[in-house]
Amino acid sequence: MPKVTIDGKTIEVADGTTILQAARMLGKEVAPPAMCFYTNLKTSGGYCRTCLVKVSKGSDKDPRPMPKLVASCRTPIMDGMEVQNNTSPEVIDARKGVVEFLLINHPLDCPVCDQAGECHLQDLSYENGSAKTRTEFERRTFNKIEIGNKIQLHMTRCILCYRCVKVAEQITDGRVHGVINRGDHSEISTYIEEVIDNDFSGNVIDVCPVGALTDKTFRFKSRVWFTKPMSAHRTCDKCSGKVTLWYQGDEVLRTTGRKDQWGEVEEFICNTCRFDKKLTSDWTIEGPTIVDKHSVISANHYEGMIIPNELTLNDIKKLPLLEKNTDGNTEF
Amino acid sequence: MGKKILLKHDHVSGIQGYEVYRKMGGYTSVERALKNMTPNEVTEEVKKSGLRGRGGAGFPTGLKWSFMAKPKGVKRYLVCNADESEPGTFKDRYLMSRIPHLLIEGMIASSYALGANTAYIYIRGEFFYIARILENAINEAYANGWLGKNILDSNYSLDLFVHTGAGAYICGEETALLESLEGKRGNPRIKPPFPAVKGAWDCPTVVNNVETIAAVVPIINDGGEAYSKVGIGKSTGTKLISASGHINKPGVYEIEMGITVEDFIYSDEYCGGILNGKKLKAVVAGGSSVPILPADLILKTANGKPRLMSYESLADGGFTTGTMLGSGGFIVMDETTSIVKNLWNFTRFYHHESCGQCSPCREGTAWMEKVLHKILDGQGSLTDIDLLWEIQRKIEGNTICPLGEAAAWPVASAIRHFKSEFEEYVKNPSSINDVKHYFEVNKLEMA
Repeated sequence: MPKVTIDGKTIEVADGTTILQAARMLGKEVAPPAMCFYTNLKTSGGYCRTCLVKVSKGSDKDPRPMPKLVASCRTPIMDGMEVQNNTSPEVIDARKGVVEFLLINHPLDCPVCDQAGECHLQDLSYENGSAKTRTEFERRTFNKIEIGNKIQLHMTRCILCYRCVKVAEQITDGRVHGVINRGDHSEISTYIEEVIDNDFSGNVIDVCPVGALTDKTFRFKSRVWFTKPMSAHRTCDKCSGKVTLWYQGDEVLRTTGRKDQWGEVEEFICNTCRFDKKLTSDWTIEGPTIVDKHSVISANHYEGMIIPNELTLNDIKKLPLLEKNTDGNTEF
Repeated sequence: MGKKILLKHDHVSGIQGYEVYRKMGGYTSVERALKNMTPNEVTEEVKKSGLRGRGGAGFPTGLKWSFMAKPKGVKRYLVCNADESEPGTFKDRYLMSRIPHLLIEGMIASSYALGANTAYIYIRGEFFYIARILENAINEAYANGWLGKNILDSNYSLDLFVHTGAGAYICGEETALLESLEGKRGNPRIKPPFPAVKGAWDCPTVVNNVETIAAVVPIINDGGEAYSKVGIGKSTGTKLISASGHINKPGVYEIEMGITVEDFIYSDEYCGGILNGKKLKAVVAGGSSVPILPADLILKTANGKPRLMSYESLADGGFTTGTMLGSGGFIVMDETTSIVKNLWNFTRFYHHESCGQCSPCREGTAWMEKVLHKILDGQGSLTDIDLLWEIQRKIEGNTICPLGEAAAWPVASAIRHFKSEFEEYVKNPSSINDVKHYFEVNKLEMA
């Protein structure tokens, strides 16, 4: 099995593993950010360029460094490869540039955006961007497209990661969803409403790293950090039925797929589970979801908590969701 | 007279048609290759000739061919890149419209070497009239037995198709070209895999420029060794240069590599000197994307040697004091030209043609254009010049395909060599109107 060294840490991985996947196996400290790559979506990745890394040694056979920074999500590792991510000033500089590019046309309307709090672009710019903007030009806008009563499309917030396009490619047979126009006028469009009729179309909300595609049934109801995620499941003939329910009090405000620590859903869920089952009685609750990264919701709420296998609603109410900080203050 | 290889017969009347072309020795390379040579021998000849890709990158053609994967039972394709869209480059247009059979002859010989039974000429949409010329020529070639099944009883079959694009610069990038050829949106693919392994319809594919494929004909006719003796050093053979701008004789010239740039600009055989006896200011030597060089650096390298028309000499000094031969779009600018206005025009082009897949190019090209526009509007500040430098630096090398670099290099070189002009515009905005835009000047003086 080929060996790869990323930021000084070595790991042995299976043939065909990409640099990004190997870095994720090594842990958060060395994993580059990824805005367009999605493990579950074939041919995704390579577009956003946030995961650029420096290959300082190609392989044991051919130790020459690669001439340019490479997209780690699309570059398979070779035996003996040495990669620099956070240890290379060149990479950090390039990534800062990419963040700036992604933000110059982003409306930065986080105060009214439903994605705020679990937005990958917020995390990315917080971790890798600069505090000030250098652009002074009007941000691009698009004509609004209505795509039904379940999903809201905000094209102005889109960073063109192509993830929703890849979802559409996988759930439908025809090429009905895609990108029109070129350059900075590119726009997610072309019969997007045809995809929306599909049973799994709601997944475009989960894969969207920003607030371009949001859940209309959850729109403006609450900031995500005021909601409590719970893992739950139900018997569904279309999907696995494994979801995360987002509670406020007794009310289920929103249903999403279960996301791993990289913010990617583990299994796609169907629209019935997502949009229609909004009662606790529809679900079997498994327990609080541990939200790792990509969210201010994580806030250490559940650290060290023992989670029983199945909980009733009354059990949930008794759970100490608010934990005391070390200084004794309650942190929400 | 300089040596002519490709355009030896371009003045002959009727050379567009099959009869005259054949009389002038046309299709002998196909006869030679199919009757006397194995495909590998053809590839070897091309390797020996030292022929380098004429589309811009200058990669050795023989080597590119030898990278082609040859799994059994899988189709292989040869695709000719005739999507010539680089501003300042128009050599392929001339070659194809004047001697279409030369390209077809080259396609047959090259396809034979690669073992491809289907070949495509991907031509840009704006060249629809040339597509008709090529289609006529292909029909003539079919009628005379040079295409189709069992060519010259050699058991080798080839079908050749012309496919027109819809007028996108990005489709000149080989993987975007293949996407477009497959009927999809012309977005560059993420490499690896390279086309030599997975190209058109996931089959091994070689994509070559028109001029490269045409050059295979004389290589087979006269042998690779004879071809390698023409030219200088590793820049073997001849190159078609499309000369434009403020010169007395704009047009397509075939030059032997190694003549001096000074000779090319001032001799009567080629450009014939600067228009109206004005002074030379700058030259873009290889199509709009290569770095612009001021007069002193294009005529002489940084260490005082005369600069030659060759891959190595033009690249001498790297990007600090050198440039690239590129696709041979030689744009000459006289002392009246505004570098900043010209740069804005180039940047506008790249903004318009960016496919929008990857963030640095999509956002960066638009941003650069806006900043340049602001400077030309008289609203610029000195920090804008630094900002431009920063933007181009963040684009270069960080994109999926070379369009990002093509957009970044002109900006970088203009700031590197003509920073004072930017500063003058910023400090004294009224001076902007004193200098005419490159195209404005042309219009005025042609009227």
